[in-house]
Amino acid sequence: MTPLLEAIDLRRHYQVRVGRGPFAGKAPLRAVDGVSFAIQPGRTLGLVGESGCGKSTTGKLALGLIPPTGGTVRHAGQPMPPPGSAAWRALRARLQMVYQDPLGALDRRLPVGRQVMEPLTIHGDATPAEQRERALATMESVGLQRHQFDRFPHELSGGQRQRVVLARALMTRPDLLVCDEPISALDVSIQAQVVNLLLDLQESLGIAMLFISHDLKVVRQVSHEVAVMYLGRIVEQGEAGALFAAPRHPYTRALVSAIPVPGVRRERIILAGDPPNPVDVPAGCAFHTRCPFGTAACRAAVPSLRPLDGRLVACHRVDDPALRQAA
Amino acid sequence: MLLFVASRLLRAALTILFVMTFAFVVLRLSGDPALLIMSVDAPPEAIKAFRQAWGLDRSILEQYLAYITHAFTGDFGKSMRDGRPAIDLVMERVPATLAITLPALALKIGLGVPAGIHAALHRNSLTDRLTMAISVAGFTMPSFVLALLLVLIFAVTLGWLPASGADAPINALLPIVTLSLPGAAIMARFTRSAMLEVLGQPYIRAASAKGVAWRRVVSRHALPNAAIPTVTIVGFMVGSVVAGAVIVESVFAWPGVGRLMVSAVANRDLAVVQAILLVIATCMVSANLAVDMAYGWLDPRVRGAGATR
Amino acid sequence: MALSDTTVTPPRALLGGLARRVRRTPFAVSLAAAWLALMVVVAVGADLLLPYSITAFDLKARLAPPLFMGGTLAHPLGTDELGRDVLSRLIMSIRMSLLIAFFGTLIAASLGTLLGILAAHFRRVVEALILMAIDFQASMPFMIIALSVLAFFGNSLPLFVALMGFQSWERYARITRGLTLAANEQGYAAAVRQLGAGSGRIYGLHVIPNIASTLIVSMTLTFPEIILLESGLSFLGLGVQPPLTSLGNMVGYGREYITRAPWIMLAPATVIVLTTLSISLLGDWLRDKLDPTLQ
Repeated sequence: MTPLLEAIDLRRHYQVRVGRGPFAGKAPLRAVDGVSFAIQPGRTLGLVGESGCGKSTTGKLALGLIPPTGGTVRHAGQPMPPPGSAAWRALRARLQMVYQDPLGALDRRLPVGRQVMEPLTIHGDATPAEQRERALATMESVGLQRHQFDRFPHELSGGQRQRVVLARALMTRPDLLVCDEPISALDVSIQAQVVNLLLDLQESLGIAMLFISHDLKVVRQVSHEVAVMYLGRIVEQGEAGALFAAPRHPYTRALVSAIPVPGVRRERIILAGDPPNPVDVPAGCAFHTRCPFGTAACRAAVPSLRPLDGRLVACHRVDDPALRQAA
Repeated sequence: MLLFVASRLLRAALTILFVMTFAFVVLRLSGDPALLIMSVDAPPEAIKAFRQAWGLDRSILEQYLAYITHAFTGDFGKSMRDGRPAIDLVMERVPATLAITLPALALKIGLGVPAGIHAALHRNSLTDRLTMAISVAGFTMPSFVLALLLVLIFAVTLGWLPASGADAPINALLPIVTLSLPGAAIMARFTRSAMLEVLGQPYIRAASAKGVAWRRVVSRHALPNAAIPTVTIVGFMVGSVVAGAVIVESVFAWPGVGRLMVSAVANRDLAVVQAILLVIATCMVSANLAVDMAYGWLDPRVRGAGATR
Repeated sequence: MALSDTTVTPPRALLGGLARRVRRTPFAVSLAAAWLALMVVVAVGADLLLPYSITAFDLKARLAPPLFMGGTLAHPLGTDELGRDVLSRLIMSIRMSLLIAFFGTLIAASLGTLLGILAAHFRRVVEALILMAIDFQASMPFMIIALSVLAFFGNSLPLFVALMGFQSWERYARITRGLTLAANEQGYAAAVRQLGAGSGRIYGLHVIPNIASTLIVSMTLTFPEIILLESGLSFLGLGVQPPLTSLGNMVGYGREYITRAPWIMLAPATVIVLTTLSISLLGDWLRDKLDPTLQ
């Protein structure tokens, strides 16, 4: 089956100035450094990692919002058109995004209903009366009320705003929803509601999702498959349940060990060394400077994703029995 | 630190170059430079000589280069009215302008800054409101209205001061006052808002909560931090020291650069206009440079900019 | 509430809202607004209000004093050295100065906003060029730039108005660029782009309405600056040329008669000061209303 969205060896580098003054040098900031994945229709891929690992940039690359420095993105087998082109704009009807800050993503001067209607206006679909009806219907399906159509963004709560953004994203019945930290800015109780909403929508509409978050608990709940990123590369990728139950890559293990489990006193793996800096990526395996199992060999070459236990793991010592033990 | 200075110097030189290029472009756009600068009834040999000296018969790039070389040696040709080199005409007027703008600058700072600080420290008091009310007049009243009002009061009605001319030092009093009052008003407003912003910062509250005497809090913490943005405004005022007296000099018939500019514009004496442009640009750029240096010294955050990573 | 379009408000509700707003404004601001309204009425209705033509001489009534200094009703504000009615000239001058300031502000706002959006949209070379132009303008006192241009090109009214427009375009450009960058990077503009909207829709329907209020406040700063600049230049004889008259012009002429007939100069001078003061007050108040966090 052709994957709905396919990323092949995506790279995105930025040139940044190092030092000050007119004679400062430039160095590449490797935000995304060789990321590949495939999302099947109706399935959710979770993308996790700490701040600065490149997951937001990956989300933007997947949508074609920014052009990659290397690699390609394919939607339904076709390469992604360059951002801003007419073909790209037409494709927006199939690919949509939900943002971390719903207030920032909405125009504060327009009533939310008008903004929910806007995708239909842009893509020239239906008469204004029909657009309005469909907007109202979508708003109801995400748990908003019809009278909120005329409200302004600042008159709604955070959770309601996120529902508005969601409704707007669903108007053109897209195949894929990229959710970039959609619940990080919400209260914990609201988070659960929105997550459940997303799951319901996926079931009823068959939407695929790329769910980007640093919150492992939520990702586990929402995703079919999970990819763990570190400094622009995927270090482990596999089925969600299995990955969290028995992580293989040392980084994933450290992350999972930090998830609090009620009633269980667990040994937390604390990582040593400096937090990662995408301008100064360590040679070879990017994680080796903080890895409890790092050896000299880890500095020599970049590990590629290799299959292990039905998953993909990028570690030189992946076959090492000592690694399998400590869990 | 050296890098900082070098980059600023480069920027200064580029700005002057930019100004002279602007003059070059505008000059070319407005007609034949030879006819414009030399007057229409100059003898044809003189016009021809001018054309050659300025390379007007060569390509536009060569003209530009010739122009810039001339500009940087201060050679703009001769004034149409006088026949003397334009740059000499300008330079001999500079002291007269400085004679009123420098004391005015001192007054602007000397009156404006303390007033602004006092207003900020006694916020919403009578003096604060009064200062703010009076200072509004500073930027709503045109300088020529103020000048004429002062002449009306002090020269015509009271007869204490002379209305114009530059015969005696006392003649400078009215021009200086006219120049300084609006600037002092602007300084007062600006200093007040800079101080208020600093005083609202958490570190001021912390210092005062620590038990430091209020006087010390103000002088050691508030003032130095409020000085930083104030320096920019002072820098602009210093830069305008040659350019800022155009109207005042005209009203008081004071023989400075401003008055020369007005008559040069009225007579379309372009050589003089260009010379003045260069002098003013150099003055402003040097002032900006001094301000940047002062920033580097005052603000430790900027000082560390030259250091390597 | 019915699902009808709620953007239509019944007239009574509008008037009620207006009355509430009038009651809430400080007295000084109301005075300022009233003065400005008067100025606009005079400027628009100048032809109807004019008692005499501005060039009509009356050599028998030269230097006649105004009404409150012993003059007659025939010339309520007195006459000048050629017997021309000061009130009539004042009315025409108000129209001229306000027109110049209005069009100058419009030019400055349009040009500045356009360049600001271009800089934020295209970035790199276009942005660098526009920033350089902004820096250049900010580095020289505009009076000097204006005088130079007048020297090179001579004086004509359209050129003069365009020059006034150039006075403050850089303020609008800087503001627009900043706000547009913010909207593009993280905000609603980026979101609407992701919906598939073209640039026209993004800037026209979303960005500009959002920055409009900030721009309007800037206009209340530009307007008095242009009045001051224009009257300064006209005072020097380099601005509006006769037979046209402007406020600065009148002050320039009145200068010679400051001892014998101060009213020739005082009338236009008062109008200039009151007008610029009113707009500044209004602008300050508007800015406080639109963004109370800004001091």
